[in-house]
Amino acid sequence: MFNIIIAGVGGQGTVLASKIICAAAVKSGKYVVSSETIGMAQRGGSVVSHIRINEEEVVCSPLIDAGGADMIIAFEPAEGVRALPFLKKGGRMVVATGIIPPITKYDYDKQKLFNFLAENVTDLKLVDGAAVCEACGSSRVLNMVLVGAAEKFLPFGGIEETIKESVKPKFVEMNLKAIEGGRKL
Amino acid sequence: MKKFLMGNEAIARGAIAAGVSFVSGYPGTPSTEVLESVAKFRTDDIYVEWSVNEKSALEVAAGAAYAGAYTMVTMKQVGLNVASDPLMSLAYVGIKGAMVIVVADDPGPISSQTEQDTRHFAQFAKLPVFDPSSAQEAYDMIGDAFEYSHRYQTPVIFRPTTRICHGYATISLRENGPAVKGDGFVKDSKWVIFPRLSYQNHIKIEKRNADLTDILSDYDKNMIRGRESSCRKGIAAGGVSYAYACDSYQDSDCKLLKISTPHPFPEKLAVEFLNGLDEVLVLEELDPVIERELLMICGKYGLNVKIKGKLTGDVKNAGENSVSSVAAAMDKLLGRETVQAEQKELPALPVRPPVLCAGCPHRASFYAVKRAMKGRKAVFSGDIGCYTLGNAMPLDMVDTCLCMGAGITIAQGIHRMQPDTVNFAFVGDSTFFHTGIPGIVNALYNGTDIVVAILDNSTTAMTGNQPHPGTGMTMMGDISEKISIPDIIKALGVKDLAIVDPFDFEATCNTIKELADKSGVRVIIFKSPCISVSKPKKALHIDATKCKKCGRCVKEIGCPALFSIKGEISIDKALCTGCGLCKNLCNFGAIGGEENV
Repeated sequence: MFNIIIAGVGGQGTVLASKIICAAAVKSGKYVVSSETIGMAQRGGSVVSHIRINEEEVVCSPLIDAGGADMIIAFEPAEGVRALPFLKKGGRMVVATGIIPPITKYDYDKQKLFNFLAENVTDLKLVDGAAVCEACGSSRVLNMVLVGAAEKFLPFGGIEETIKESVKPKFVEMNLKAIEGGRKL
Repeated sequence: MKKFLMGNEAIARGAIAAGVSFVSGYPGTPSTEVLESVAKFRTDDIYVEWSVNEKSALEVAAGAAYAGAYTMVTMKQVGLNVASDPLMSLAYVGIKGAMVIVVADDPGPISSQTEQDTRHFAQFAKLPVFDPSSAQEAYDMIGDAFEYSHRYQTPVIFRPTTRICHGYATISLRENGPAVKGDGFVKDSKWVIFPRLSYQNHIKIEKRNADLTDILSDYDKNMIRGRESSCRKGIAAGGVSYAYACDSYQDSDCKLLKISTPHPFPEKLAVEFLNGLDEVLVLEELDPVIERELLMICGKYGLNVKIKGKLTGDVKNAGENSVSSVAAAMDKLLGRETVQAEQKELPALPVRPPVLCAGCPHRASFYAVKRAMKGRKAVFSGDIGCYTLGNAMPLDMVDTCLCMGAGITIAQGIHRMQPDTVNFAFVGDSTFFHTGIPGIVNALYNGTDIVVAILDNSTTAMTGNQPHPGTGMTMMGDISEKISIPDIIKALGVKDLAIVDPFDFEATCNTIKELADKSGVRVIIFKSPCISVSKPKKALHIDATKCKKCGRCVKEIGCPALFSIKGEISIDKALCTGCGLCKNLCNFGAIGGEENV
């Protein structure tokens, strides 16, 4: 079983990223179970997607337990830190470097969070997606930049094909460009 | 065929496969996508509607089921409170075709007012209830629910929880059956509820439920695993807790009883499970329903088995279960050592409460009322919807929130006891149609002074932008006549009615002040569309040469697009919709559009 946590802030497009990863896994013959945060928390709250990829059909929890994730894809540094307890010992984290300050009072010290992650994550990959987003013409494709950056660590392929099939035709090109940009980071 | 589907989608596809021809409901997290998915995948033989509220939804479906249709009604758990009047009586009258009432419970609660347990409602109404433990099982089980409903001519409750509704899985789909519309309504005295008939039906219902405890003992989704185990301890689980248990269970550990129909309880199967055991741990969310049933069976059959669970403090009695909480309880029962994941102390993290979106017209409406009422004694009653979030700082404009439609009536009670207060009641457009109108009639009839602030954003926003009577769109894709909120208000006889655009800030404040000074029932309609059903304007930006860094914009309105990092104010271009609310309140003209670059 391969377990992935996607963590971010409501509105960042974590649900679409999760759907693309799940659909690609299903296409390559895996049995996939996942879980999303939908509803009130979506409005600017912390959101987490749980993805569990099995070789065969099993009865299993749709949620990943603490210390159970092989990989975390974090869309925001503080959310990466928040999701850290999910990570397996020796697990990998791909984290976006751009921050989203909360509306509540908080002294956001980005470097402190990065240092903490560097100390506690064996395989940490920082992704500065801003330039790729700019080149794609929208900050909304950060989700695909991160999927692109995480792609080579997934135990299956087919991300591009899945995007072509499941994203609205007029957005396919932009999303593929974001994936390509993410791969290079 | 296999498809990767959301649990709610699986329920919808399962209902279509089972022959549903009529679906009604009212949106509510986590149930909403069931009806939306029926609308998406339906054939021409299937009718689907968002009804005005849950009571109406259940009643229109009852009519269709009287005529022989296979019907489904969808709602969240608190929606069943609204629909409980028809539910209780319909349980006695019965139906002809089939009726499955999908009621989604929300342990946590994650997006709800209560942690109420619909399995109790099933017991109370004496109706069968199906409780799926996974998305695949939800797909299969909804078909069983239709079959039982038709066979016993009774409504059946189907109760998924949030983790089932919003969980996704690769689902094996079967061939769709034809939509069952039935042979029409046949006049018969059985459709008219009368005391004598109810007495007779009550006898039949008790007999049926007693029979079902046997029949459901043979239902394949109620089952015992680990029969070969010699362990004298056992585990009983229902819903998603069963899936959590499966993560740390092997058949050799002990016997495991899975309960998929908490009512009528599969008694024969339970006795078989309990026989020879000393101790049983019950894993379930919300109330100890399975636990109480097992206790009762132990008493009834004189079995000396200790039942552990919420009532004994072995499992927590509020909030969700998790894989680790279930594993820890199982480890304790079985005398295993719990392997705890290493917990590191995390640095301080930002608190991210849900907030009104950048550009949300509700923010402008709340802020205008706040400014207009500054220095006045006022109470702001709120209601259910995105605008409940107006409660958060810095807006702090929702003093009460109880249930759908209650803001308007609570304001009246407060005013009776505290007549020197201006009493505002905020209500959204969909909530206005749902249960808001009777409250306004009540205020007019009884001559109570209140200001009703209708926040009309032309959609049911919180649950994901469903249409409602004011939008003129139906779930069948038809355009119907829009029902005008101002026309309803005028027809009720309200004298003081104003319609404002909350982004026209000055004028809105003036109107609020003017109406607040009058008496009787005053209505202000704040009309501006939700950002998810309208096009954004150009993002604004801060002119650094004019900005005095006073932070007023950030502190006053709590817009997620506006923030201050080490005293520097900036606007997130990706989030800003150019609504202009912050521009209005800046004293230095430092917030502007592209021309200021």
